[in-house]
Amino acid sequence: MKINIPTPLRAYTGSQPTVTVAGATIAEALNSLITNHPDLKGHLYTPEGKLRSFVNIYLNDDDIRYLPEKEATATSDKDELTIIPSIAGGLNLSAEGAI
Amino acid sequence: MPIATLEPTKLELPKLSNDEIARYSRHLILPEVGMEGQQKLKAAKVLCVGTGGLGAPLSLYLAAAGIGTIGLVDFDVVDASNLQRQIIHSTSTVGKLKVDSAEIMLKGLNPYLNVVKHNTMLTSANALEIFKDYDVIADGTDNFQTRYLVNDACVLSGNKPNAYGSIFRFEGQASVFATKEGPCYRCLYPEPPPPGLVPSCAEGGVLGILPGLVGVMQATEVIKLILGIGEPLIGRLLLVDALGMNFRQLKLRKNPDCPVCGTHPTVTELIDYDQFCGIEKPKSVGPLEVSRDAAVAEAPVVDGIPQISVEELKRKRDAGENFFLLDVREPHEVPIANLGAPLIPVGELEKRIGEIASHKNDEVILHCRSGSRSQKAALVLKQHGFTNVSNLAGGVLAWADKIDPTMPKY
Repeated sequence: MKINIPTPLRAYTGSQPTVTVAGATIAEALNSLITNHPDLKGHLYTPEGKLRSFVNIYLNDDDIRYLPEKEATATSDKDELTIIPSIAGGLNLSAEGAI
Repeated sequence: MPIATLEPTKLELPKLSNDEIARYSRHLILPEVGMEGQQKLKAAKVLCVGTGGLGAPLSLYLAAAGIGTIGLVDFDVVDASNLQRQIIHSTSTVGKLKVDSAEIMLKGLNPYLNVVKHNTMLTSANALEIFKDYDVIADGTDNFQTRYLVNDACVLSGNKPNAYGSIFRFEGQASVFATKEGPCYRCLYPEPPPPGLVPSCAEGGVLGILPGLVGVMQATEVIKLILGIGEPLIGRLLLVDALGMNFRQLKLRKNPDCPVCGTHPTVTELIDYDQFCGIEKPKSVGPLEVSRDAAVAEAPVVDGIPQISVEELKRKRDAGENFFLLDVREPHEVPIANLGAPLIPVGELEKRIGEIASHKNDEVILHCRSGSRSQKAALVLKQHGFTNVSNLAGGVLAWADKIDPTMPKY
């Protein structure tokens, strides 16, 4: 299935905006993502292995936190996962962006 | 079905003069706006937090559309580097307060507009007082502290809708938060990312027209909320990718456990947002970056890393002293301005540390653009057993200011 990688995290996927991975559930797909791109791991998961609270993951257009089976939800090749990070830019990008 | 999210605030709507009727003709002949809608716009008071990349197009279109009162919150002054995207300012207003510069442009566009200038940093101490006079808040700020502050203040002001927009490089987000029925920013992001974990510095920058796209979406949402027409972006997050020119939307839900808008809120007054976001308080009123850099430049040692001045670096170079200078910026920054040092971007430093292992016991001086990334890099080298690492305070910018005035600043 396809995983959409947001701009701030593309530095860890070799600039790829989407990554295709295998996995029968959301957890498996995310696991293959971080296996293929290990630098992403610390940005998505806490050292204890939980998804970080400021990282939102959507299966198609639904927040996986609100799916009945959450990360254990079954997925097919046609599904898409999207990672939505917090971004704050807007007023004066020199402060946030180009330090 | 259209959702009217703003209760009619005025029993008697203000009248339009014949000149105003002529000006707003293209609105008046739209049945969805009409005479009453245009009067609602005139009665409306909208607060734009920030007059930068998002605030510029946002407030310009609101002014053009006939919003009666626009409040502007900004403490900054116009800088030449703003003009690549902040089209409310102009070459002739560089150096002026942004709120003054913006007022010139807005009143030039629409003299019927009432501009209220708040030349201040939005803080927990003043936010509720400023917000109370407005019907809709449009968040065009640039940092997580103010994002959470604006969100919480909107909820705590009795659910004032927050027309939200945010941008990063080629990507943008827009939504309407903090309405009674919809989710707030904290429902989506209960906590901010710790500083440093979300890449921002090295990968910074923004395509100048992207804030135009997103700011105009915010303006559209503001107008719809005031008129009570269409489907507002409540409970939806619109994602814009300017490179692929893709627009996607995701469902947002109101989180019953949300600490500010949930059923049992734990945040019932404004808090210390610098602390919440793990960020040191800015020492003075000024751009965050300036106050942060100033703090780094003043202290001789920060987190165990000696800070050396550009004058000291110049002296060492001229004296032919033996030290290793390393540039930790991104490759595309080198052609803009450089000190002739070898380059390893800060994000690659840990992986590529072997390349500079021979300097472990040498004097190593790190530099970047402003001294901020190189400070982080210095901590990384220290962790990896480098014994004599210092940071060039102020970076290339300080070098251009104090040593080589021919060097461009970016």
